[in-house]
Amino acid sequence: MVTGHGRLETIVRVWLPVAFFLVLALFPFYWMAITSLKPNAELYNKNVMPLIVHAPTLKHYVDLLTKSSFLLWTWNTMLVAVVATAISLVLGVMLAYPLARMRFAGAGLIAMTIAAIYLVPQPLLFIPLADVINRLGLGNTLTSVILTYPTMLVPFCAWLLLGYFKTVPKELEEAARIDGASRLQTMRRIFLPLCTPGFISAGIFAFTLSQNEFLYALIFLTKTTVRTVPVGVIAELIRGDVFYWGQLMAGALLGSIPVALIYSFFVEHYVAGLTSGAVKA
Amino acid sequence: MTVASERLPIFGQAARRRAPLAAVLDRESVFSWLMMALPLLFLAALVGYPFFYGILLSLQDRPVARVGTFVGLKNFASDLRDPIFWQVAINTFIYTGVATLLKMVGGLCLALAMNQHFRMKNLVRALLLLPFIVPTVLSTVAWLWMLDPAFSVVNRLLVALGWPKPGPSWLGNPILAMVSIIVINTWRGLPFYGITLLAGLQTVPPELYEAATIDGAGGWQRFRFVTLPLLRPIILIVTLFSVIFTFADFQLVYVLTHGGPQNATNLFATYAFDIAMGAGQLGLGASIALAMLPALALLIVALTIYMRRN
Repeated sequence: MVTGHGRLETIVRVWLPVAFFLVLALFPFYWMAITSLKPNAELYNKNVMPLIVHAPTLKHYVDLLTKSSFLLWTWNTMLVAVVATAISLVLGVMLAYPLARMRFAGAGLIAMTIAAIYLVPQPLLFIPLADVINRLGLGNTLTSVILTYPTMLVPFCAWLLLGYFKTVPKELEEAARIDGASRLQTMRRIFLPLCTPGFISAGIFAFTLSQNEFLYALIFLTKTTVRTVPVGVIAELIRGDVFYWGQLMAGALLGSIPVALIYSFFVEHYVAGLTSGAVKA
Repeated sequence: MTVASERLPIFGQAARRRAPLAAVLDRESVFSWLMMALPLLFLAALVGYPFFYGILLSLQDRPVARVGTFVGLKNFASDLRDPIFWQVAINTFIYTGVATLLKMVGGLCLALAMNQHFRMKNLVRALLLLPFIVPTVLSTVAWLWMLDPAFSVVNRLLVALGWPKPGPSWLGNPILAMVSIIVINTWRGLPFYGITLLAGLQTVPPELYEAATIDGAGGWQRFRFVTLPLLRPIILIVTLFSVIFTFADFQLVYVLTHGGPQNATNLFATYAFDIAMGAGQLGLGASIALAMLPALALLIVALTIYMRRN
């Protein structure tokens, strides 16, 4: 709504507030990055100007990758996120397709139930789930989180896909039905290939949520070898009262990169999913 | 339930050509329930069962790795006599209320700032969303370091601006610790509000602003009587979402303060975790987690009904 005003007014009305929000949003990441590059002598010296790096070093990264199990945690996190996302997309489609396309008694009730489950936060379930996982003998296995992450991701994917499916025109499916295709064939061969953008949106969100998950991983995974990045960083790089800030920040930065990279490729899909109002905050 | 389209002659012929079993499988209701059976069973086993099992646990005296004994409402009664429980309840409501308000007002400002024409807008939008997409635990560790008692960069900046040394003890003082978790929750959630409200702003037809201007409305009046009423549905839905997940927040507090100092930042989720996982009292812990249920159920039912209507 800028209407032919001077350059000064543009700066005050546009760039001043935008710059304020940008600095607020990005400063913690800047601080993460420069802390990870500072040698300890500089990090813990109060007489040095802190906002820039005077003698950059990669020592903290080398230590992180050689002295901790960070690479293993990264592998675990990726494996869990990919498998949980795949499971959630498949199960999500199996819920969303009938709800979007079929008419049957109870459809409204099922849709309501899925929406409600999707809004149930983890802290309501973690204590009984911990007991269930123990009784199944799944403690300290990646299976424990691969099984439990979809409990939040399936309703989420189903809900997002349901919204997307309803925007896809029905004509092609109707034509396939007239040609004698079964409902399953129509869904798999005709309908699903049309829905790639929806799968990308749901997939990115599910992947991001898996990478972000902390509570279940904290409770179910207590051995170094099965930990994910968030739990590994918190449980093993913070040792008692001794903090290894350089390594911690290096770990926080490296751990954020996979999500940030995927997000940067699909930012439009992400925003589309976000603004469809179907996202957990 | 047969469906109108099945009675069309052409569909009838197609169906008759198939074997009887295939025809049955092709009924809308049969196909739907078969398709949904696996995911529904999965959700029943890993959400439905734990939910009711959690209620059962809350009625038991159940130390970890031992058999529970039924004690009725004893756990809830001892919660109500526990001063920490009441402090946790108050903390959770303050945390949720203040953080939500800040995110709402800040998010609206962010959306209004972004709803102008300027270069590199898409890049700016992508960067502004970073706090929301980066794993919470990892960004919270950065904040932990920024508020470090000895080397806090925030305090070093404050001191450089003339604040008396050594600057505030952000995580050591009960009130400042609450301020800190609220600010960091706001920092993380603000982009979600901002970008969602921005999408809402972009759907407001420009003609409405023009009409209002012709009728003599100033900038504030256009915002108050055109923008705000049109944004109301989006503000409502975003706020309900955000309230549910702020109310049940765990990660941020666990990493930043562990609920301290002296339970000043302990929330329902972190307190339930302490009792169940720290002290090994699964039954008592489950009762604390379930204390969230009345407020959550109200919010969830409200939001579910609202989402169904749209």
